[in-house]
Amino acid sequence: MDFSNFLKMPQETGLIAVFLILVIYDIFGGERSMKRFRPVACILFGIHTVAGFFVSSEGTAFGGMYISSAMTVMMKNILNTATCFILMQSGQWLKSEPALKQREGEFYTLMSITLLGMYMMISAGNFMMLYISIEMAALPVACLAAYNKYRERSAEAGAKFILISALSSGIMMFGLSYLYGAMGTLYFSDLSTLVSSSPMTLLGFAFFFAGLAFKISLVPFHLWTADVYEGAPVGVTAYLSVVSKGAACFTLMFTLYRVFGNIEVVWYHILWGLSIATIIIGNLFAIRQKDIKRFFAFSSISQAGYIMLGIMGGPEQGITATVYYVLVYLFSNLAAFGVITSVENHSGRTDIAAYNGLYKSNPKLAFVMMVAVFSLAGIPPFAGFVSKFFIFAAVAAKGEYLLVFIALANTVVSLYYYLLIVKAMFINQADGQAVGRIRTDNYNKISLALCTVAILMAGLVSGIYGYINEI
Amino acid sequence: MNILSLFVAVPVLMLLLLFICRNMKQIRTVMVAGSSALMVLAAVLAVMFVHERALSGSEMLFTDSIVWYRSLNIHYAVGVDGISVLMIALSAIIVFTGVFSSWNMPREYFMWYCLLTVGVFGFFISLDLFTMFLFYEVALIPMYLLIGVWGTGRKEYSAMKLTLMLMAGSAFLLTGILGIYFTSGHASMNIVELADMAIPVSHQYWIFPLTFVGFGVLGALFPFHTWSPDGHASAPTAVSMLHAGVLMKLGGYGCFRVAIYLMPEAAHDLSWIFLILTGISVVYGAFSAVVQTDLKYINAYSSVSHCGLVLFAILMLNRTAMTGAVLQMLSHGLMTALFFALIGLIYGRTHTRDIREMGGLMRVMPFASVCYVIAGLASLGLPGLSGFVAEMTVFVGSFEHADLFRRILTVVATCSIVITAVYILRTVGKILYGPVINEHHLSLSDASWYEKVSVVVLIAGIVFIGIMPSIASGIISDSLAPVIKYLSLL
Repeated sequence: MDFSNFLKMPQETGLIAVFLILVIYDIFGGERSMKRFRPVACILFGIHTVAGFFVSSEGTAFGGMYISSAMTVMMKNILNTATCFILMQSGQWLKSEPALKQREGEFYTLMSITLLGMYMMISAGNFMMLYISIEMAALPVACLAAYNKYRERSAEAGAKFILISALSSGIMMFGLSYLYGAMGTLYFSDLSTLVSSSPMTLLGFAFFFAGLAFKISLVPFHLWTADVYEGAPVGVTAYLSVVSKGAACFTLMFTLYRVFGNIEVVWYHILWGLSIATIIIGNLFAIRQKDIKRFFAFSSISQAGYIMLGIMGGPEQGITATVYYVLVYLFSNLAAFGVITSVENHSGRTDIAAYNGLYKSNPKLAFVMMVAVFSLAGIPPFAGFVSKFFIFAAVAAKGEYLLVFIALANTVVSLYYYLLIVKAMFINQADGQAVGRIRTDNYNKISLALCTVAILMAGLVSGIYGYINEI
Repeated sequence: MNILSLFVAVPVLMLLLLFICRNMKQIRTVMVAGSSALMVLAAVLAVMFVHERALSGSEMLFTDSIVWYRSLNIHYAVGVDGISVLMIALSAIIVFTGVFSSWNMPREYFMWYCLLTVGVFGFFISLDLFTMFLFYEVALIPMYLLIGVWGTGRKEYSAMKLTLMLMAGSAFLLTGILGIYFTSGHASMNIVELADMAIPVSHQYWIFPLTFVGFGVLGALFPFHTWSPDGHASAPTAVSMLHAGVLMKLGGYGCFRVAIYLMPEAAHDLSWIFLILTGISVVYGAFSAVVQTDLKYINAYSSVSHCGLVLFAILMLNRTAMTGAVLQMLSHGLMTALFFALIGLIYGRTHTRDIREMGGLMRVMPFASVCYVIAGLASLGLPGLSGFVAEMTVFVGSFEHADLFRRILTVVATCSIVITAVYILRTVGKILYGPVINEHHLSLSDASWYEKVSVVVLIAGIVFIGIMPSIASGIISDSLAPVIKYLSLL
């Protein structure tokens, strides 16, 4: 075995190192050292994240199984950043119940190992590799969703997630078998020239696409989303809605461009329909939600629709627009989830009514939430506006003005339900069981502050977009 | 730093300073100092502009351009012509007076107010479609909270309706802007550069309606005006002033600067559709005002009518009418701000805006009442005040067209003057003269000093334009030259 292959995958190696340190620390650490588990995990992960911005790796490893480029490094950095924030936000919840506190280490180790699966998804150069890494990313998430196993909702969410991911993997595997049958190879580099619009290939593509669409929760493959998001612990919901979804979107983008470039006509039209359906259905269902986690589940479905628009933009404009969109979406969504974590830990409430009058009791949290939802709705001067603009510009460059218009009209609908949150916080009066003054721990405060600064600056400072664009 | 960028920098600075303010006194100091600085800047800009104009032949002055997003060739590009300068001056006056009209408001209110100011000034100085649109939306969103939190009546409903309708307008607009960007074949967002690049006429036919309606929603174009009465009626005083006085002008200015300037062919061919719609705005708005009993609703419908006249005049596509349109924007901005300031003043004391419950206020608060009469007279077009100058120019310009269609429309629109007289005189007669209906009203006080500042400054502006219209109309007419040049090629 040629170990130099590992040098071509510095981020994976780093993550495995972090994972191993955490596992060993978890097993051998005494009672007292376990108190320091959280800072150790956060700092290690922080170092890993920051280091990711300084590595570069180009080329293939393991005979084409693994592909790396500056763009994949960037994408992994985005996922790292998101995971880092989620780890910082979750600590408070982990300390809240004794049953959870004992198993604190598991949470961090599971998070890092599932992230490894996502890395491999993005960098996969072979469908077999892709399939295994998707499984590797999905199983630990199911454990995480059911992490609070004594709560029925959480266990239920875990069960639902494992069922749905088994189903989607099965469908995907079925599609892959067709592709293999039609072309006799699973390597991306070989397939890209062999793919044609023969019925068998198309069928294989359709099943593969459906499998991945489950992960991204595109309509009509979205039905599991709200239930799992609602039942899972907040940190895991945040992870599902940002990291998991982002990785799946990146993977879809790469496979469409790298493998199925020959049948662009086919997937372009599929995406046309699915993106609009996803945006509209996500929006319409979000309006009626009373639970903030279900609300963000549907909001994230509609956001996935916008990401699909970016993918339609094609390899030149589309990649930058999509990656930038996911980056901004990460900051916005995690800022919102940080606030949700704080409110839920403090009061145990996840209904939107809990946010009534939040501005009076907790002005800072309300401010962060407002910035986050305005950014999600695409209101300037927040970064969400700029990222949406580039998505629309990428689609408009293809002459799809009707699509742009429908999507824009839907941003107005989304603005309506995002404003309902703002209205609850700023205009409504607190009800009888007001949440009161919330104490947010320092880790969460730092993550919220970073997210807010990023939302405010990422749009105004063009350097971030320029950086992604130059890769 | 470019003088124009200061108009954005000052409100941003005010916003940041508000964060560290500890009490009302400091907040007021920041707001008064900042808005005075904006007034001074606007005055300096106007003087410098007139001076530079004489020397330079270029279309836009004080231009500056910084690359923002290189890949799409988006710049932070600023520059002004005479029309922008006048709009900036108008905004500065209304922002200044608005501060005095919201004297007792808390800090958060002023923060949103500053953000609104950033958006308004940023819009008027922008030459780049992207920055222009960005500032446009920055100006819209603070409205939701300003009305929703500090408004009166059905404030939540009105705030939501206003925000969503205006955002729907901006959906039209952004599609149009992307259309302009990609069909011009020039990969530029700069308005001056785009004006030289002809957008293919076949594309103009769909982009023009999108942009015109997009901005038209904010300019209270007929079927899309319904946000305006509810929004204005529910908003707190200064927000009504700023919204009717300045924000609705964003619509008119945008229609002119983007829709007509960049797409003259489509404007020429399609203007008849929008002329009919704006004609309806003018007359229908006036008629609606006649039957209202709430002072703010009366003024809001009156704004629909007057702003309709702005769009109407712009669509006449000749120099006189367009000059009139800009004059009407100035005149209506000052006048309607004055109205809302006075209505706020009256409502703050009587706690009712229903004209049936008021009477004889002239005896109780003579200062406010006299000012209300002046505002009313300006609104119905008394010579010597700004309304007369503006409407006269508009109708003369509109009648210059020889074709029957435009002449009939002009005659119909002119009828609105009579209807305006009806609702103004009715209101004035009902609430200011006659016996005092409610005994409690006898003990009410007249305007306090800060309200007087606000009102006096606005009246000064109205009288200034009314007596010396040539200064403004000269600047406007001069700045219309490029548009007229493109239109005359047709």
